[in-house]
Amino acid sequence: MKTFWPRFLSNPRVFLGLVWLGLLLIVAITANQLAPIDPFAIVGRPMAAPSPEFWLGTDSLGRDVMAGLIHGTRATILIAVVATLIAVGFGTFVGAVAGYYGGLIDDILMRFTEFFQTIPSFLFAIVLIAVLTPSALNLIIAIATVSWPPIARVVRGEVLTVKSREFVQAAVLAGQGDAAILLKQVLPNTLSPLIVTGSLLIATAILVESALSFLGLGAPNVMSWGFMIGAGRSFLRQAWWLVTIPGVAILLTVLAINLIGEGLNDTLNPRLSDL
Amino acid sequence: MTDVALSIQDLQVALPAWSDRQRAVAGVSLDIRREEILCIVGESGSGKSMMGKAILGLLPGPHVRAVGGQILFEGRDLLKLSAEELRAIRGCRIAMIFQEPMTALNPLMRVGQQIEEVLELHTDMTQAQRRARVLELIRDVHLPEPERMVQSYPHQLSGGQRQRIVIAMALALEPALIIADEPTTALDVTTQAQILHLIKELQRAHGTAVLFITHDFGVVAEIADRVAVMRHGEVVEQGRVSDVLEAPEADYTKALVAAVPGLKPRVIEPDAKSKVLLRVTNLEKTYRTSTGWFGAKTREVQAVKNISLDLKRESSIALVGESGSGKSTLARCIIGLESVDGGVIELDGERISGRTRAELRPLRKHIQMVFQDPYASLNPRQRVGDIIALGPTLNGVSREQALEEARELLRLVGLKPDAVDRYPHEFSGGQRQRIGIARALAVKPKLIVADEPVSALDVSVQKQVLDLLNDLRKSFGLSLLFITHDLRVAATVCEEIAIMQRGEIVEHGPTADIFAAPTHPYTRSLFDAVPGRDWISSLG
Repeated sequence: MKTFWPRFLSNPRVFLGLVWLGLLLIVAITANQLAPIDPFAIVGRPMAAPSPEFWLGTDSLGRDVMAGLIHGTRATILIAVVATLIAVGFGTFVGAVAGYYGGLIDDILMRFTEFFQTIPSFLFAIVLIAVLTPSALNLIIAIATVSWPPIARVVRGEVLTVKSREFVQAAVLAGQGDAAILLKQVLPNTLSPLIVTGSLLIATAILVESALSFLGLGAPNVMSWGFMIGAGRSFLRQAWWLVTIPGVAILLTVLAINLIGEGLNDTLNPRLSDL
Repeated sequence: MTDVALSIQDLQVALPAWSDRQRAVAGVSLDIRREEILCIVGESGSGKSMMGKAILGLLPGPHVRAVGGQILFEGRDLLKLSAEELRAIRGCRIAMIFQEPMTALNPLMRVGQQIEEVLELHTDMTQAQRRARVLELIRDVHLPEPERMVQSYPHQLSGGQRQRIVIAMALALEPALIIADEPTTALDVTTQAQILHLIKELQRAHGTAVLFITHDFGVVAEIADRVAVMRHGEVVEQGRVSDVLEAPEADYTKALVAAVPGLKPRVIEPDAKSKVLLRVTNLEKTYRTSTGWFGAKTREVQAVKNISLDLKRESSIALVGESGSGKSTLARCIIGLESVDGGVIELDGERISGRTRAELRPLRKHIQMVFQDPYASLNPRQRVGDIIALGPTLNGVSREQALEEARELLRLVGLKPDAVDRYPHEFSGGQRQRIGIARALAVKPKLIVADEPVSALDVSVQKQVLDLLNDLRKSFGLSLLFITHDLRVAATVCEEIAIMQRGEIVEHGPTADIFAAPTHPYTRSLFDAVPGRDWISSLG
């Protein structure tokens, strides 16, 4: 059995996904250097086609699409990643406690989880934003609120299987406390499915964020891909690049994350890896 | 050569490139004659199962595949057949019986239908003929009430009954050869004896050749006509069963035979003064599971019924029983992993039953456990040193000192001290069980409860681990509660035996007395069921 990294990286689809994500990360970090102008600044003639001056053209107000795309990368990725981290953290907590203690605690926490799961998640996110008023922080809260239930279910299931293993009983016999057993013995053994689900969740978060921004419920004064599509949608016939370019960016990013997620699953799941 | 049913010649099965050896099977040549049972015996990793799978083209390809040799059956080389041709032979001319009867049967289909399906696929019998044949087969494998049996689902049957159904399926088309891969390993001793008897009886009646794969020399002595001993993918020795078992020639066979636990009872070293360490009085434990909506109905299983037991300091008791006898539940109650419903457990005069988990924590270090499954009992994400040092550090020993003690313990159980920095997956099953023992010893307990600690291990490793437990018991002055299904193991380890059946202790006394004259009928049936009993007794 080869170790994790060589097997993970030798998968060509994972490699492509990582290259694209790496590129995005560099763009996000160096956004101010790559495009030192405010993405909302009017820099030229409205709806100029892609040209040597404006590589990706300008929008209906004469804003540089290239600058928007670069700054949008930062906003989109930041919101998606932070929302996912919060969802994973909260979901893991709920799932782990429910799975470990079982009984009444499990019943209460799982009914609570199902309550969130039964509400259509996108509509729920819209309602949350409408109530909380649109801002970057509230976007993160809304996305995290609608995406933690699957994590809780995955973690609960894993904890249920791991806690019946004999090494957990051995820790009980050694006199280790519940919290320590959960943190040090059980949770490290649930990481594989958690990483896979969590990585795929980032893709969903990007889609939700884009969709909310498209509807005008995104953070004001923050340029994001969804906002660019929303602003350009009425000019699709006159200026195709306004919608197409950020759309392709979203497509490629979600695809890259899914490729990586599936690659993680293939590598971490011993039943699928070739003997 | 008309009496040869299947001939394997110089078979080579390749393993994936990253395995620790190149060939699972390296140049095996064997003949299985008509109307005989050939036992392939070997330890885990000897390639015996791979060879069985190679015959039917069931190797887990593409990395594991036959790369050389021939398997001749009815004039054809099975390795050269197409998938289509192999399928016609599978089930029809060569049938297979697997280890785990539950996974071999479809849980959603009535067993009668499953047998019928085999007939439907391979013959052109009418439905009425098939029905009649199914009933006949079920009668052949001695299942009660055949008419009711065909209507049952697999989960409604016991393990032994399921294995009988699997055997009936294998026999359905009167195959020329049956390959049985450890068919009795998952069964209780008494059931195993019945199934072995059945296989032998049917094999004689139908004149089938049987290739029987097993790790247990007792089973070999019970059933085989000829035996082949395998090691590292090669046949070390083969011959008539009486020759090989009574006068083994190869060193490896000799070592294996020597490692078979004998039926020689351990004698009490009399020590009248020793005080009682563990006292169990009238212990009761009932499992309740809620069924129906809102848990309206409850199903009760009384796992432990009114059990009393005394264990003296520095002595040992073996709890022997089959699955479902309540022996593991009793152990879990004593160790404090399970609450009790009635009765008292005292350790050194101090009551340990009926405490909360927090109240129990300071007492944990006095009782430790060695678990059954060496693969599940060590956390795969922790270093061996941390696993062993956990108990001591929780009891206030500094980490450095605990790791130092862990090194010393590893040396005591026969591993290298530098194992502290390695992870469990780098060790074999036997080595892991040694680590488990070191962990149990780390907090210097008074009592060790060992729940089937060797049942997952190979015979030769089994003996080493039992010897180790024995030595450590003496040097640490430990008491031992040893749970096992195997009378042979119980006899080698413990001075006292308590036989459990359906939650009760039916017989209890010094090992030597029970072995000399078992009084309870259940104890006697356990003795009769020990596979290869006559041969083992002859070992002395």
